Order: sequence, then structure tokens, then C-alpha cells
Amino acid sequence: MKILVCITHVPDTTARIAFTDNNTRFDKTGVQYIIGPYDDYALARAVELKEQLGGSITALNVGGSETEPTIRKALAIGADDAVRVDAEPTDSFFVANQIAHVARDGHYDLILMGRESIDYNGGQVHGMVGELLGIPSVSPVMTLIVEGQKVKMTREIEGGKEFVEADMPLVAGCQEPIAEWKIPNMRGIMSARTKPLHVVAPVSDEQRTHVGSYELLPPKAGVKLVDPNDMAGLVNLLKNEAKVI
Amino acid sequence: MATLVFLEIDEGSVKKSSFEAISYASAINAETTAVAFGDLSADDLAKIGKAGATKLLHVTDAPFAQPNSMAYASALAEAMEKTGADTLVLAKSSLGDAIAARTSVKLSASLISNVTSLPGEEGGFSVRKSIYTGKAFANTQSVTSRRVLTLRKNAALIREDGQTVAVEGFQPTVRDADFNVKVLSREKATGEILLPEADIVVSGGRGMKGPENWNLIEGLAQALGAATGCSKPVSDMDWRPHREHVGQTGLKVAPSLYIAVGISGAIQHLAGVNSSKYILVINKDPEAPFFKAADYGVVGDAFEVLPRLTEAVKAQLG
Repeated sequence: MKILVCITHVPDTTARIAFTDNNTRFDKTGVQYIIGPYDDYALARAVELKEQLGGSITALNVGGSETEPTIRKALAIGADDAVRVDAEPTDSFFVANQIAHVARDGHYDLILMGRESIDYNGGQVHGMVGELLGIPSVSPVMTLIVEGQKVKMTREIEGGKEFVEADMPLVAGCQEPIAEWKIPNMRGIMSARTKPLHVVAPVSDEQRTHVGSYELLPPKAGVKLVDPNDMAGLVNLLKNEAKVI
Repeated sequence: MATLVFLEIDEGSVKKSSFEAISYASAINAETTAVAFGDLSADDLAKIGKAGATKLLHVTDAPFAQPNSMAYASALAEAMEKTGADTLVLAKSSLGDAIAARTSVKLSASLISNVTSLPGEEGGFSVRKSIYTGKAFANTQSVTSRRVLTLRKNAALIREDGQTVAVEGFQPTVRDADFNVKVLSREKATGEILLPEADIVVSGGRGMKGPENWNLIEGLAQALGAATGCSKPVSDMDWRPHREHVGQTGLKVAPSLYIAVGISGAIQHLAGVNSSKYILVINKDPEAPFFKAADYGVVGDAFEVLPRLTEAVKAQLG
């Protein structure tokens, strides 16, 4: 079985978010980058499927050379080879187009990625890739089991879950608890250095959105503390000051 | 140019977020067509008009009875062509997201998700979208002539001054390839207020000490008509189901009031709640980082504070 795992290179969940150049660019100063947490789940499940069924895992990232340490980490966790599309991931359509191109050439059975990236949180790319390739896309996927050509999945829906089944090839946007995150071991880290990492040029420069400027969430004015013995006072504040109950 | 809105129907009723989508779309252009799949109540039909839709394309054909993102995406693309609309608006949800992505590709349209504002006055079509898990916004411009937008909760107020909607039957083309994902079954909590859509959320953390104490969280939630949530450790320890996990890798919620009880306020949890209008934190540790992100705070023991607060809510809200 051939699995393509698409990974994002994103600021760590605890990174300070700030913008520079008159709020037109993300400030990368001092920011630690990681594999997107949801993508990490997708990769972990791919490693489990390969252990179970055999086959190969290709990791794919769209990004500049600065993303290579993140790609090497995916190789250390268990991808066999990797592709980096050498371009700034300008918007979700641009990225989906690149992924679809790589996927078309590679004839993958499964294309796994996180349900969303944690920088732009769009949750759009898996659906776009599915549509570009004319195959199903399912997200957010909490369990994924392969039975012959069929894939059985649990998808989270508002207030519950849905059990679905589809034939491969398909695209899945993954989230917990699809698999436990895998921490690379020493052997993995050593072998990752020599695994192939192919750098390819982007196929198209089409993007459909453009970010003019960024803004930070305005900070809170400060907490108003209420005496734990005065819950009537608290209810009064929620009702008459905040007007939320 | 005209706008098109996808209406999401859940357990026979149009979701509140879909009414927000109608009012949002009607503010862009008064010529707003809503598309609904499945039966609609008379009450919902009236509300669709009041919220601002001028026309309703109603799909009642059997293949579209069950939610299916691929089939709905094809039908909506067809409806866009049919109405000549240039903007498709959907409420963000597990279904809405999937439809939006596929429809945008079919239409060669831009897709902007997590939209929180109406388009600005200045040249071009530009809206504010939430990024970095609620920590920031990007003013995002569509560079294509058609666009698809998914709205975050509370992006628009629901209008109530619209007219009666003109209903037209719509029979979209049925494409076999859109039915390749089979839904085997669904498991859904019924009768409870759904967390992603709730106006008030009461969440508990490790400070609640065990699942046996959740009656205190549920008691307050019930008194307020709120949904219940929890922190990641709580769902990891199986005290509560995963679907209640609020945070960076769980649900991102944007209620009017978020009440956090016994949750310290790790940055990953805050990422899931920072879009809430008001935050109330109850924690016995005055140094809990959550107080810095809160509007109201009570420093006290949850086991004493919660029963008192629940009583006070009942006393004042009747």
C-alpha cells in the first residue's frame, strides 16, 4: 500500500504570535516550528498501517528549504521518503494544487493529512485535493481501518460520530484519537539523514486569496474578581453587565 | 451580484448558524438564495425569509436526503450556475467545511474560511478571518470573481425583518461518483445542547477531581441552558467523551459566555476558547494563568462555588 502523508511546518502551539513589516508578515523571530499536531496523527496512523499491511510512506510538504528539519522529523518517525515542493504555501488552493499533482504522479492508495493546519486553521486542503483528484475526501477522521480495498472510518460530527466506508484511493483529514503520536527513536533519527528527500518545483503559481494585513486578538481588559460568597452578585454581573445570560 | 447560502438541517431544524449565514449573505447582496436539502418546518420556512433570503431552492429528492458533502457540493455548484450568484456562504461545521472545499474547486472560486466580518468598504472583496487558532486575524482578499466563504459563529446577527421567501423546487443532477462514501451509521447525542453551537459553555478540568463530580458541572449547565465541555486531560483520562474536549487539538468554541471550572488555562486550552465573548474562570488557585484571559473570576473551591452559583442562577433566572 502506498500512503502519502502531507505535513505542515507550523509554529509550535505555545509560540508567541506576532506580526512584522507593518502587520503584513508573520514574525518568525524565536519561533519554534513543528509538524502540525493533526498531521502528526496522520503520520502516526500511516506508520501503523505500514507495520500492519506493508507498503511505503511518502511525506510531502509545500515550503521553502527552512521546512527540511520538519520533513526530516517525519522521515525519522517512519516515512520512507519525502517530497518538498519548493514554494511558499501562499494559500490553501495553491497547496492543494501542488499536493494533487504529486499524488497524481505517485498513484497513492491513501492520502492522509491533518484535519487542519494550526496556523491558518482552514481545514480546506483535504477537500480540495479530493475534488482535484476526483476521489472521496473524509474529515475529521478519528479512526481509520483498511479492509482489502475498503477503508472504514469514524468521522466526528457535531455532537457525535459517523461511521463511513469508502474504496481507496481517498483523502482523509485526521485528528485524535486516530493513533498515538510517535516519538522518533535514535535509529529513526539516524536513518532519516540518508532517506531520499526530493525537492521539486511548484506546478502552478495560481492562488485565489491574498492576505492584505494581519491583526492580533485584542487583549482582555483585566479580570473582575467576585467574592466566592457572593454568587448572586456574579449572576447579576453576567445578566446585567455582560448581558450573556 | 447575487449570493447563495447553504442551509444545514440537523434533526429536522435549520441550524442557527445557517440563519446567521443567510443574514450575512443578504448584507452583501439583497438577492440571496438559500438552498435546503430535506424537509423544512413551516416555522423554519418563515425564519429563512425573515433572516433575509429572497428565494429558496428546495431539494427533496431521495438521494439528497442524507447529508453528503460530495453530492451537496455538486448540487450547490449547479445552483451557483443556475442563479448566477458569485458568492456562496456556509456556516463552518464538519459538513459545511467539506462542502465548501469541494465546491470552491468546482467553481474555480476562492475559499475563505473562519470568516468573522462582512467585506470591507475598500476596493476588492476582503474579509477578516480568524487564524492561529483564534489568536489573530488575517484580512483576506479574494482575487477570483467567485468566492466561497465559511462563517465562524457570531459573524453576523440574525435579521428578523426580511420578507416571505419564494420557494422553488430544485432537482440537482445525481452523479454516481458523489455517492462513493457510504454512511454505515451515526451515533449522536440527542436532546442535549450541542457544544459547537452553544451560546453558553460550562467546562470542567482536572480540578473537578473525577467524573463522579460532573453532576456539579451539569447542574450549572442545565440551569443556564448551556452545553458542557472539558479540558484535554479530562478527555484523555476518559472522564468525559472526546467530543467534549475544548482546545487546540479539540473543539474551538465561540460562545457568548465560557465558564471554566478547575481548568488552569494552558495555552492549548485557551486556543480553543479565546473567541468567546466573555470568559468566567472559577479556580481555587489565584495564580492560575486562565485568570489573565478572563473577564470575570472567582477564586474559590469549585465544590463550594458551583452549588452556590447554580442556586443563584436558578433564583435569578427562575
